[in-house]
Amino acid sequence: MAIIVKRPKLKWWEQLYLPGIVKGLAITASHFVATLTGKKKVTMQYPEEKWDSHLPDHYRGAPALVTDEQERERCVACQLCEFICPPRAITIKPEEIPSDDKWAKVEKRPKSFDIDMIRCIYCGLCEEVCPEQAIFLRKDYAITGTSREEMVHDKKRLYEIGGVREGLVNKWNELK
Amino acid sequence: MSEDLLDVQIDGVWHQFPKGTRMIEACRQAGVEVPHYCYHPKLSSPGNCRMCLVQMGMPPRPMPGQDPAEPDEDGHLPISWMPRPVIACANTIGPNMGIRTTGELTESCREGVMEFLLANHPLDCPICDQAGECSLQEFSVEHGKGSSRFRERKVKKPKNVKVGPRIRLDDERCIMCSRCIRFMDEVADDPVLGFTDRGSHTVLTVHPGHELDNNYSLNTADICPVGALTSNDFRFQMRAWFMKETKTIDTNCGTGINITVSARQGEIYRITPRQNNDVNSDWMPDSHRLNYHWINSDIRLTEPLIKDGGRHRMAKYQEAIITTADKLRNFDHSEIAIIVSGRMTNEEMLMARLLKRTLNVKDIDIIPRRGESDNYLISEDRNPNTNGAKSVLGLKDPGASIDALKKDIANRKIKALILLQEDPLTDGAFSAEDLKPLEFLVTSYPLANPTADLADVVFPGACWAEKSGTMINVTGRLQKLNKAVDGPGQTMAPWEILRDLIQALGGGNGIYSSADIFNLLTKEISDFSGLKLEDIGDQGIPFLDTGVTLPLVEREKARIAKGEIVGV
Amino acid sequence: MDWPYLIASTVKIVVFAFMMILPLVALSVWAERRVSAAIQDRVGPNRVGPLGLLQPVADGIKFLLKEDFTPNHVRKGYYWLAPALVMIPSLLTCAVLPFGSSLFGEKMVIADLDVGPLFVFAIASLTVYGIVLAGWASNSKYPFLGGVRSTSQMISYEICLGLSVIPLIMIFGELNLGRIVQYQAENGWALLPLWGEGLSLKGFLLAIPVFISFIIFTTSMFAETNRLPFDLPECETELVAGYHTEYSSMKFALFFLGEYAAMIIGSGLAVTLFLGGWSLPFGWLTPEEGAAVPIWQGLVHIGVFFAKVIGFILFFIWIRWSLPRFRYDQLMRLGWVFFFEIALANVILTALILMFVK
Repeated sequence: MAIIVKRPKLKWWEQLYLPGIVKGLAITASHFVATLTGKKKVTMQYPEEKWDSHLPDHYRGAPALVTDEQERERCVACQLCEFICPPRAITIKPEEIPSDDKWAKVEKRPKSFDIDMIRCIYCGLCEEVCPEQAIFLRKDYAITGTSREEMVHDKKRLYEIGGVREGLVNKWNELK
Repeated sequence: MSEDLLDVQIDGVWHQFPKGTRMIEACRQAGVEVPHYCYHPKLSSPGNCRMCLVQMGMPPRPMPGQDPAEPDEDGHLPISWMPRPVIACANTIGPNMGIRTTGELTESCREGVMEFLLANHPLDCPICDQAGECSLQEFSVEHGKGSSRFRERKVKKPKNVKVGPRIRLDDERCIMCSRCIRFMDEVADDPVLGFTDRGSHTVLTVHPGHELDNNYSLNTADICPVGALTSNDFRFQMRAWFMKETKTIDTNCGTGINITVSARQGEIYRITPRQNNDVNSDWMPDSHRLNYHWINSDIRLTEPLIKDGGRHRMAKYQEAIITTADKLRNFDHSEIAIIVSGRMTNEEMLMARLLKRTLNVKDIDIIPRRGESDNYLISEDRNPNTNGAKSVLGLKDPGASIDALKKDIANRKIKALILLQEDPLTDGAFSAEDLKPLEFLVTSYPLANPTADLADVVFPGACWAEKSGTMINVTGRLQKLNKAVDGPGQTMAPWEILRDLIQALGGGNGIYSSADIFNLLTKEISDFSGLKLEDIGDQGIPFLDTGVTLPLVEREKARIAKGEIVGV
Repeated sequence: MDWPYLIASTVKIVVFAFMMILPLVALSVWAERRVSAAIQDRVGPNRVGPLGLLQPVADGIKFLLKEDFTPNHVRKGYYWLAPALVMIPSLLTCAVLPFGSSLFGEKMVIADLDVGPLFVFAIASLTVYGIVLAGWASNSKYPFLGGVRSTSQMISYEICLGLSVIPLIMIFGELNLGRIVQYQAENGWALLPLWGEGLSLKGFLLAIPVFISFIIFTTSMFAETNRLPFDLPECETELVAGYHTEYSSMKFALFFLGEYAAMIIGSGLAVTLFLGGWSLPFGWLTPEEGAAVPIWQGLVHIGVFFAKVIGFILFFIWIRWSLPRFRYDQLMRLGWVFFFEIALANVILTALILMFVK
């Protein structure tokens, strides 16, 4: 069902367009003056001014792995993030935790955990899907590198970015 | 109405089933899935998980002095529903029975059972190999509460127990379905598993002084509905949802066990048996199941090799084919012999037969490979397609002419040998001295091997998981082999090598796929005439009458006849 | 051979065309970006040089260093010719513009022709060949459509442009742009007849048709230079980039610069015809015709001319970032149904005023 839009009947001076044009010119001129006199400022001068201090808490920057207060790596290599990742940026190789390890009861951990930051789209689905609260999107947004290899964050780098996160659920502590 | 068919109403719809059908099977045949854990059609039904509770009803029994109920216009009697549920797995249907798999009673029963099962179940899913194919996960989503009311501490039980060389047990995950115990007892005849302790402290364990080391032990991990029993081999390797599953057959012996190959990104992660009641039921031996690691190993041949001045060099496939054809032309047809492998498909054997015709060669045979039958599923014949060799190559007694061939080579009557998909030096069928007098030797094999060392031209041949085709097992069943992964490097399937060799020697033949060769088979070989590749299906078709039977399948048929198991 | 004349002309060409107009082109590109940014509350290019003033240099280097790509499917010869055909007429027209009174006894105009406006129209109308050629030689649908649109648009508005100037020529009785400016300097600008002979009833009455002419002239100038709101030949939303879709690197730059050069010349012409060219208002510092002018006065006049031109360019930019694009049929209607008739009537009105008002 098409909607019929009734066209307004224009007065003769409106049909001249000139008043409309003048009105438009006045609006743009006012913006011009406001910007020129510095009354209005919306642009941030990026390399000098940075977002860091202005970033909201929900900001989605580079994904990273975290350890908890007990220095346990939270990730158990369930590979759900690898599964959910829309651009397939995540590659995980799991391994069994050796029996002499302090956290042997957790049984499984990632042997390697790579996130290809060229592929990553910062959607945050990995954080959302993680059943272990192990992967979080941090506030790092300027991810740079001079080669493709450099842009792949390995496990070490991911823990560097992620750091220690406190106050998470520690379900594995109850075991045994 | 036939005598032994009974009227049963399932979820309001009337069906007919043979007398003696279990309620759960009747529901399944009617297209209604009744959730269950302990019930397995190939095992006895103890009815201990209580998951399959359904509401049942029978025609009302008239009170004394009351008239019996009148049937409705379709001849069905009214149903009076029982206030208490019954298990569907161990009860058989009765005349005019009603089954409700939905409704408040059934649903609340399932919810309750799920709540009990989950009360002590650990939240291990992120590290559990069963996750993604776990009945507990599936049914808790479908029938569970969605939240836990359990505020107490969960019972701690042994975790990560090595119950056998190939199996790991996690007792906390176990839901006491006893499928594994029954399997080891009834099918593998090695009853080493059992429950100890009582109540919520019940644990599955191996009998003291025993180990779960039977050659069929990994089947317990397959039938375990949760992640209590897991395979050491597959443990933490890959999650279930990543893998691409290919239905194919096992080639370790003549049984041709139906299997599913699970692979991701060209790498095989596990092999599981696939149900085929005429071949392997639901089972397969561990030795066959675990014999796949070499497929993705470093010792694979990836490039064709040509011997130049005593040393092998890597070559392009096309060059290797041309070199082989050129060299073969230097020999008289009576100086050439072909040995193919009993591990090759019917299609490949046909191509070998065509090569034999092109070269006008007299000698063609396969290398026999025999072992001992284990009286379960492993056949004496360790070649998966000996019957194919009989049928396609027309060999009366495959492998009989190998000794004569050795003599001919020693006498220099045979100067060139085409040896496909075999490594007889390792197998012991030939010794290096046997092959030494040869002037020209072509081999193909998936792995680097000592025979290839002697060869003038070596092709990297695709292994069973990298090609498609058909094979005939010991019972004479024609089954399909399907390609699961791509071969590494310039690996070629034997049929491709043979086709290109024939082409280089004699011209084009218009064959582009294994299916094309099957069409050729139906024209060339009388046994195959009239067959279509589509007709074979996933389960194969009876093809030859060999009179050979498989012990495990025969025993199972006997148990079905006795009514011990359902067996569908 | 008249060597002093040749030398003087060469110096004037080099100084005016290459040292004033071309830098002004670069500057107007910068101004376009900065002004549009300010209008839209943005910052604009501010990194290269002070206030980003060296941005045009950076752009130029970029254009020069980019791959000069010629697609396979184009007609090579015409494809190469087109950008030059757009740039050259724009620069040629500046020959007759008086950009100052005189300096060192030399008239500050490259060619002191007696048919100034006619020369300008004759040469400026050649630009359309460049665009048509570009559209056709590109051998691709969007450039072709852009070329077709451009042709009809430019031909249509050339008529209005020409007709709108006729009243002025009738008033001035003169086709030499230098003398037109001199006349305005003495007797009031065409749009601002507030001194000299202009300060009379006739002068005020004549301001009416002149104003109408001015509006038609300016609007037609927008259309002639393919500027918004009449940039239909290259409107991105419909035609990707119109006639220069297939062009890259320096050849694209020539189109781009040609457009700005045309804009500057157009502004120069409007300033000369309507706003008294190099003259200051109220007859200040107006030299006698043919009289010697002190050097400082000559420089002031050049400055005044360029100040007016720059003001006009800013007006161009301001309009561009305020008004939306016309639809093609609206454009044609405006040209043929309104401006053409109004311009004709305007000629008659001027004639009547000149005839009856003494």
